[in-house]
Amino acid sequence: MTTITAPARAARATAAPAIRRRALLNWVAVHSLAVAAALFFLLPFVFVFLTSVMSDQQALTSELWPHEWRWGNYAQVWRTPGFLTWWRNTLLYAGLGTLLVVVSSVPVAYALAKFRFRGRNLALMAVISMMMLPPQVTVIPMYLFWAKQLHLTGSLWPLIIPMAFGDAFTVFLLRQFLLTIPKEYVEAARIDGCGELRTLLRVVLPMARPAIAAVALFQFFYCWNDYFGPQIYSSENEGAWTLSYGLESFKGAHHTNWNLTMAATLLVMAPVIVLFFFAQKAFIEGVTLTGVKG
Amino acid sequence: MAVLSSSLPPVLRRKRRRERARTLAFLSPWLVGFGVFFAYPLVSTVYFSFMRYDGFAPPTFTGLKNWDYVLTKYPFFWQGLGNTLWLVAVMVTLRVAFGLGIGLLITKVRTGAGFFRTAFYLPYLAPPVAATMAFAFLLNPGTGPVNHLLGELGLPQPGWFTDPAWSKPALTLLAMWGVGDLMVIFMAALLDVPREQYEAAELDGAGSWQKFRYVTFPNITPIVLFAVVTGVIQTMQYYTQAIVAGKVASGVIGGSGQQFEPGYPHGSTWTLPQMVYSLGFQRFDTGSACVVAVILFALSMAFTSLLLRRRAGFLNEE
Repeated sequence: MTTITAPARAARATAAPAIRRRALLNWVAVHSLAVAAALFFLLPFVFVFLTSVMSDQQALTSELWPHEWRWGNYAQVWRTPGFLTWWRNTLLYAGLGTLLVVVSSVPVAYALAKFRFRGRNLALMAVISMMMLPPQVTVIPMYLFWAKQLHLTGSLWPLIIPMAFGDAFTVFLLRQFLLTIPKEYVEAARIDGCGELRTLLRVVLPMARPAIAAVALFQFFYCWNDYFGPQIYSSENEGAWTLSYGLESFKGAHHTNWNLTMAATLLVMAPVIVLFFFAQKAFIEGVTLTGVKG
Repeated sequence: MAVLSSSLPPVLRRKRRRERARTLAFLSPWLVGFGVFFAYPLVSTVYFSFMRYDGFAPPTFTGLKNWDYVLTKYPFFWQGLGNTLWLVAVMVTLRVAFGLGIGLLITKVRTGAGFFRTAFYLPYLAPPVAATMAFAFLLNPGTGPVNHLLGELGLPQPGWFTDPAWSKPALTLLAMWGVGDLMVIFMAALLDVPREQYEAAELDGAGSWQKFRYVTFPNITPIVLFAVVTGVIQTMQYYTQAIVAGKVASGVIGGSGQQFEPGYPHGSTWTLPQMVYSLGFQRFDTGSACVVAVILFALSMAFTSLLLRRRAGFLNEE
């Protein structure tokens, strides 16, 4: 992977030796730092992995390299009662949640980006306030609502149903992206006699595909990682636990077994990381969208 | 507006009414969500902060009693607020500084840039519970690899999540490990700094520090501010890592009938969001939990308004 550009190469060839030496020193300094940083970021994964294939006894010592590679630990974690249920619940929450959030947020974001109406700025402020609201602020009335009015606590529904009513963060990000689509496209579609819904579905959505992919990924990760929601709403029924919530009690059940706990930890991290490698571009674009555009 | 529209010809008035109906239709999912999941619970939280309610018997009005209890009698309120502010000050500062450093580093890497970028980014993706479990293991004072390595190097071996003096630094280290989001944001901002400004600075004989101080930093100030303010708001909500680290390090994990009192060790990781959970869902003192929730809301909104003022561009037209 040589990314040295042609002019840089030419400059290098003709530059005085002192400058060349300085460039080389600079290269060495930058790359040593990068290697050090990479160790900080990657070594935890390496240690977690090495421990996950140790024997029970060895995991209790401070030795770093496994004596024997016990791949069976993974099978054992997989067979732990509940583990499969947690997977199914997490997939249900993340899959259905993502679908509902995208479907309900797209029209809202479109209206906020492309319609002119009274109270639009107010609506946008409300979206931003909602985005910034810590979930703990509203959790008590919400819990009472799900528990006493709807009798749905102990299930996944209190986590999934709210997703059908738009998500502030998703609305905000999509709106930021839709603002960058020139209004000429929308106007042309309107002049051609497209209704708003048709304009949105046929003209705007195809252009917004990267942004939609990014917010869908964000939402999927949010649900996958959510701990507070499942702890509050579904923890009273073991059949409705998610991976995040179950993982922690897994440590409780396997009190001293760091090897199994670390194998379970890696199994929870794995899907997110695999998904990232498949959708790297969408994800990085999404992160940039939050910070830079706007 | 109203006066204006009534003086319009009927065709236009009908058109305007149609437009309004269309806007409402597009906004409707969110309008319902705003009412049911934001406005209603927010008002209820304020209402419950003045009520005595254990979740079972009907609520009764107690005036400012809950407020008085939380602010003057509840022994852990100020400790939790102090911890939250510690995390806001230290964790956010270090995370932004480190994120900027990693962002700068990655823009300078010529060989293997793709590998390094992915390596720096990956930990950000680790689910918080899994990342915290991994760190609880890595920083485990007895058998954890980190203290093992520190021992080999002849360095002190702190108790990390089991020592009140080290538990917040350990959480900060965990937060810095997941700095990938900031790295990407800073990287994008750094690549947008106009090259000519660096060339001009070089002609004036600026060194690397001067180039950073007078060219790079002024150009990325808005992004640094954005990172600080969103970091503050996120840290106000800091919950999962603190509670999971405490549970794993103390060895008390739910399910076996023992109830975990968050904040282990010695209340050093105890924060406002955990206080809402503990008061409301473990002690069934709904009123006091709502007092803390209202305080948390007020603090978050204060920071949000700061963000809105700084980023007035959010509201601008295309």
